[in-house]
This record gives sequence, C-alpha cells and structure tokens, in this order.
Amino acid sequence: MDWTFVGATFMRLIAAVPLTLAVWALSVILGAIVAGAVAWMRVSDSKLLQMFARAYVAVFRGTPLLIQLFIIYYGLASLPAVRASIFWPFLRDAFNCGVLSLALCTAAYQSEIFRGALLAVPHAQVEAARACGMSSLLLFRRIIFPIALRHGLPAYSTEMISMVKATALVSLITLWDVLSVALKIRNDTLVTYLPLILAGAIYFAINYVIGAAFLRLERRLSPHLRARPS
Amino acid sequence: MPAETPALEVVGMRKRFGSLEVLKGISLTANDGDVISILGSSGSGKSTFLRCINLLETPDDGVVTVAGEAIKMRRRGDGRAEPADRRQVDRIRSELGMVFQSFNLWSHLTVLENLIEAPVHVQKRPRAECVEEARALLAKVGIADKWSAYPAHLSGGQQQRAAIARALAMRPKVMLFDEPTSALDPELVGEVLRVMRALAEEGRTMLVVTHEMGFARDVSTRVMFLHQGLVEAEGEPDALFSGATSERFRQFISKERG
Repeated sequence: MDWTFVGATFMRLIAAVPLTLAVWALSVILGAIVAGAVAWMRVSDSKLLQMFARAYVAVFRGTPLLIQLFIIYYGLASLPAVRASIFWPFLRDAFNCGVLSLALCTAAYQSEIFRGALLAVPHAQVEAARACGMSSLLLFRRIIFPIALRHGLPAYSTEMISMVKATALVSLITLWDVLSVALKIRNDTLVTYLPLILAGAIYFAINYVIGAAFLRLERRLSPHLRARPS
Repeated sequence: MPAETPALEVVGMRKRFGSLEVLKGISLTANDGDVISILGSSGSGKSTFLRCINLLETPDDGVVTVAGEAIKMRRRGDGRAEPADRRQVDRIRSELGMVFQSFNLWSHLTVLENLIEAPVHVQKRPRAECVEEARALLAKVGIADKWSAYPAHLSGGQQQRAAIARALAMRPKVMLFDEPTSALDPELVGEVLRVMRALAEEGRTMLVVTHEMGFARDVSTRVMFLHQGLVEAEGEPDALFSGATSERFRQFISKERG
C-alpha cells in the first residue's frame, strides 16, 4: 500500500472538513430558527398559521432534498426575475444556496421534533406552574422549554446526524466539501475505494462526536429519567 | 367587633361545560383559620369549584375575592367571561397554594428545586432565603432527607408531601387541596392526612375537596356538601354528620363508608 498516497488523500479530505462543517452548522442553526417559527405556528390558535405550517412541513419533508437544492441553485438562477432581484447577489453563490436549501429542509423536520416535544410536556405540570402564578413567558422559559428540551433531544440528535450526511449533497452544486474532494481524487487517480472509504470515515468520526455530545447532554439533563440512585 | 376581611370569598359562582351546568351559583366565605371540607359525589362540581377559584377553569359568573381583592373579570364578544387583568390573576394565584390530586411536581427539578422555583422566579425572593425556608418546610412534612431526589424517585405519599411543601413555600394566604389523597395507595393516605391535620392545627386557612370523611369530620371547622352544582348542606361537621340537616348528605356518607 502506498502510504504517502493515503496520507496525501487524507490531508486533502481533512482540508475540506471546515466547509462541510460550516454548511452543516449554518444550516442547522438557521433551520432551528425557521423550525421554531413553524412549530409555533403549528401549535398556535390560528387556523391559517396552522395550515401554513402543515403545508410547509408537507412540502419540504415530502420531496427529495436534492430536488430542493437543484431548484434553489439551478432553478432560481434560470429565472430572469430572480437574477434581476436584490436576492441575486445572495443566490448566485453556491455556498449560500446550499446552506439555504439544507436549512429549509431541516426546518421541516426540526419543527416536527419541536412540536412533538411540546406536546409531550405533561399538562398537569403546566397547570401546577399556572397555579403558582407564573406568567406565560415565565412558564415557557422555566417549565415548558426545559421539559420539552429533554423530550426532544434524542430525536434532535438524530436529525443533526442526518444533516451532516445531507451536506454531502452540496458536492453536486460545485462546492468543495469532503465528498466532492473525494470524488475529484477518484477521477484524477482512478483509485475508487480509498478516497471514498476515507471520506466515509471522516463523516463517521464527525457523527460519532456529535452523537456522543448529545448523549452526554441528555444524560446530564435527565437524571430524573434514570433509575433511582441506590 | 369590626367585621374582618375574609381570607377568601366566593359569591354566586357558575360554570358550564357545553350544555352541562356544573356549578349553579355557589358561594363560600372562608375566614382566617377556617378549614372547609368540600364533599360531594363525583360530578357534583366540587373539583370544578376549587379550580374556578384560582381560575384554572374560568367561571362563567361569580366573584372571587382574596383577602379583600376581587379578581377582575370581563365579558368577551361571545358573552364568555375572561379575566380582565392577567397579571392580577397571576399575582392572586401566587397567594393561593394549590395541591393537586396527582401531585403535579415538575419532573425535571429536584424536590428542593420544585420548592424554590416559584418563590424565586414568581415572587422574586432571594434564593438563599427560599432555600432555607424550603428545607424547613421539607422537615415539617417529614421528607427533609429527600431534598435532592427527583419526583419520579419518590413514593406517591412523599410526592404529595413535597407538593404540599411546594405550595406552602409561596407563603399562601389560602391553601386549596383538590382531592389530595385520591391518587394514593391506602397505606400512604395517612402520612398526607397527618401533614394536612398539622397545617389545620397551626391555623392555616384551607379548602379541601376530599372523600376522606374522617378528615372532614374531625379536622375541618366547616363542611360544605355539593350536590349537582348546588350547596346541598353546609355547617359545622358535628351538626352535619349527626344527619339532622340533609337526607342526601346522610345517604352520601353511608355510601362513602361502604
């Protein structure tokens, strides 16, 4: 085995990790903000907002992410109106388009996680807080959010990990993320396995760390769900 | 003697759920130190009455006055009542300690954190003072050693005692108990009733919705018997339990005794 080639390939792939992580981090943060708004609409009293939220989730969860990505990057760019609009400087950039489409997609999934977590907060505990005189804001901050957070974490960590893998799609819109560098090396050298296996190992390592971090957070926040200390 | 301001006064409370009128005009006056047991078969409206006092249910009509301050209500466009001032409701709620049938402790907080949550965040009292007071209350209800446990790790009786201590931590003017022993195994009922009896003896003003005839008879200063949304009988326990006042109450207690 040519260890210099292995080392060089590995280093080139590692050099692409910051871009993969940037796409991931920006899209999940932006997605969380959008998801918060969608979940809020979904549990609001307004029928109109509820309908909008349901439609949003149905569309972005129901269609392939790759199609969403291509529509935003290639599709919008083909419309003269978009190219003439103030959004063009933003949308002409592949990085922005990648982050935007990943964010819009994860927002649909995250909003459902938020909604499920909110619905899992026991009504009895909300009532106890009201009976103590908590205002709605205080009630949310001190009781509803902390309990919902604990309910939502396991599903949320899965979504975070899915999103790391979903970032590989941006290799198809000219961005030099880990996968696209691996594909480039394969093309250039005609060595197939090594770059792909190394790229897979890098994604695995990233996800392992994320999974472990969430597990730690979960254990720290939920001592009450574990067995009674003896 | 000048008329004292009642700790709690309810006048003409009405509540309907859809076509079912659960409360048909109920009034009650609790002076400081009164322990009023509210009895009635299921569906008589006793829990709803209690929940309407601190507006966990919104009464359709009637006035609730706590220590001289009436809760301001108004009519919505569709004729339903609603509180006129949310902040007043929150403030008055913090003066009424509520104990629920199923404890309703906050599951993500330890017992001590449950006790100081509202004093610190609603009443904005200094944390150190609240912690000190909370520990004393836990000792009082007999679970001082459980301060760091989570509710899920306690027995039902311990949870209910913690919930009583949580309500006391707000230094409430009136304590409201909504069937506090109904969710407990029979052998755990006694420890909760003992705590409630001690509170009564130290002069706390208490409204207790209950099925515990012994408590109603021996501990309360007054008993109110509800039947189909109306006060069927009311008075001192001795007079009421002697069976002289109400045939329905006599039937009720003979049924409750089985």
